[in-house]
Amino acid sequence: MTLVEVAKLEKRFERRTAPWRRPRIIRAVDRVSFSIDEGETFGLVGESGSGKTTTVRCLLRLIEPTSGSFRFRGEEVFDMPPSRLRALRRDMQMVFQDPESSLDPRMTAGAIIEEGLVIHRIGTPADRRSRVRELVEMVGLDAGMLGRYPGEFSGGQRQRIGIARALALEPAFLVADEPVSALDVSIQAQVVNLLLDLQQKLGLTLLLVAHDLRLVRHLSSRLAVMYRGRIVETGRADAVFRAPAHAYTRALLSAVPDPRRGGSPDRLTFDHAGFDPGLELREVAPGHWAAVSGTDPECESLGRTLSL
Amino acid sequence: MNGQGPPLLEVRGLTTEFVSETGGVRRVVRAADGVDFEIERGEVLALAGESGSGKSATALSLVGLLPPPGRVVSGRILFEGRELRALDDSGMRRVRGARIGVVFQEPMTALNPVFTVGGQIAEALEVHGVARGAAARVRAVELLDAVRIPDPARRAADYPHQLSGGMRQRALIAAAIACRPPLLIADEPTTALDATIQADILDLLDTMRRESGLAVLLITHDLGVVARMADRAAVMYAGRIVESGPAREVLASPAHPYTRGLLASVPGHEPGMRLAAIPGSVPDLAALPPGCAFAPRCPDRFEACDRARPEASGVSPGHAARCHLYGEAPR
Repeated sequence: MTLVEVAKLEKRFERRTAPWRRPRIIRAVDRVSFSIDEGETFGLVGESGSGKTTTVRCLLRLIEPTSGSFRFRGEEVFDMPPSRLRALRRDMQMVFQDPESSLDPRMTAGAIIEEGLVIHRIGTPADRRSRVRELVEMVGLDAGMLGRYPGEFSGGQRQRIGIARALALEPAFLVADEPVSALDVSIQAQVVNLLLDLQQKLGLTLLLVAHDLRLVRHLSSRLAVMYRGRIVETGRADAVFRAPAHAYTRALLSAVPDPRRGGSPDRLTFDHAGFDPGLELREVAPGHWAAVSGTDPECESLGRTLSL
Repeated sequence: MNGQGPPLLEVRGLTTEFVSETGGVRRVVRAADGVDFEIERGEVLALAGESGSGKSATALSLVGLLPPPGRVVSGRILFEGRELRALDDSGMRRVRGARIGVVFQEPMTALNPVFTVGGQIAEALEVHGVARGAAARVRAVELLDAVRIPDPARRAADYPHQLSGGMRQRALIAAAIACRPPLLIADEPTTALDATIQADILDLLDTMRRESGLAVLLITHDLGVVARMADRAAVMYAGRIVESGPAREVLASPAHPYTRGLLASVPGHEPGMRLAAIPGSVPDLAALPPGCAFAPRCPDRFEACDRARPEASGVSPGHAARCHLYGEAPR
């Protein structure tokens, strides 16, 4: 079952260099389409300025998209009245990159996790307290820590609080924007395991936004690579990593050094000036799409050397 | 790496402390604790570790840039045969920049926003008496060209905010190598950058090492960067080097359980599988356990681990680990 269906999403910003000049149109998100099945993890990868964060902000309607469609369980989200949107927000939650700035420092961990339940008027105070304890244990924290403030927790513990908060309303869809990039390597692995466990246990559908290709490879079954507001390649994660079809994907994959393979990798460079935003996605293999003009003989041979 | 004569930099028993006092309680954090390593000319040594491991404190100690109340309390820092700890502030300033270039993670804060990029590099050249006036400005443009900043003459007139993150980091490297120092200390030089820009900067450092024999002390948390760049690697945990050796060997056959855990924490190799994560978190440096600092998180812990701090034991030639699994068990 398809849970999330995004079609031709577009977000334009106008930038005026001077009041009397005509504004320059920046297409931060340009004709972006993808769908996510229930229980699946979909990865959105790209470098800074690729439009991946703008895309998810549009989906959650934290900013208004310029045009396009977003269907959640078949229901159009973009022209939904505010009352319906509020109800839907229970089902779509977000985990942020920086647990330091996304948790209110003056609230206890318990109050932070409980807040969503209070806002949506769910349960009695006693029900809510037991739900908070359950959530805290689910994310691997000790219930005895609920009275502490965010500043008293480590970065990894704060991210667990952020995840517990996102799960409080039992959402079907979780958007995680760079959920581990602010954490140390060993703590990243703990949070990756937590996300895997929770997904299995709760059947969560996850949209993972990240610049770390290894992380996206690890968690996603399918992914899309964004560049300058466009999806340039999308498909099953193993297929994209094995045989990247777009020159940008290849450049990106070849730029990531592998700890298990020393020396200088065979870097592939991408001609940024030669990028054609007008190219539509073509199916290069079943279920594997790329914005390329013709079949590229390089794809197959590169597949093996670039697998992470 | 000529293997002849003394190494370019030799660090022995370096110990750095941060002492603070709140409400009459004295807190001593030993950020670096008996750190030993050496770097040969033209060699890249990676100092790897997580936050709080002491890798940055070690680097800052070397060049006298420790923020207060940090203080080097013991150890030797021999650079080109000279004891750097014996230098006063002005002596250290002369070494820094002229003989040891320094690059930090955040290029925006390291460059002065109110001066042009070219002007700042020219100033570094003048301060160290390498070049003056017009000659210094010409040299600054040459350096920007050397770090492959396109259109260097125009970029030299730009202010830091007009450059992209990758370009700022290049400009910073240009400033650090302006006086052709034999050693560059680079603390997480690519951490804030995108993957493709990171790869460009690493390629650039690699070229400078090959072409001009630049030695690099590379501080990083990213084991991929270690694999890409380093000849030798030293892994730090809780202020101590817990494993050191040829980078290839440390990564391919890690001896210390912490190094093994770090490698197993890197995602991507077995998609969808749980990672063999290291449980727990980094210990409080002001309250370390009496034995091995890693023992509480270690999967291979046995009784000796809680009793005594392990000394470095050889695992194979040039490869050592500070772990009771190797060497004689203490009594």
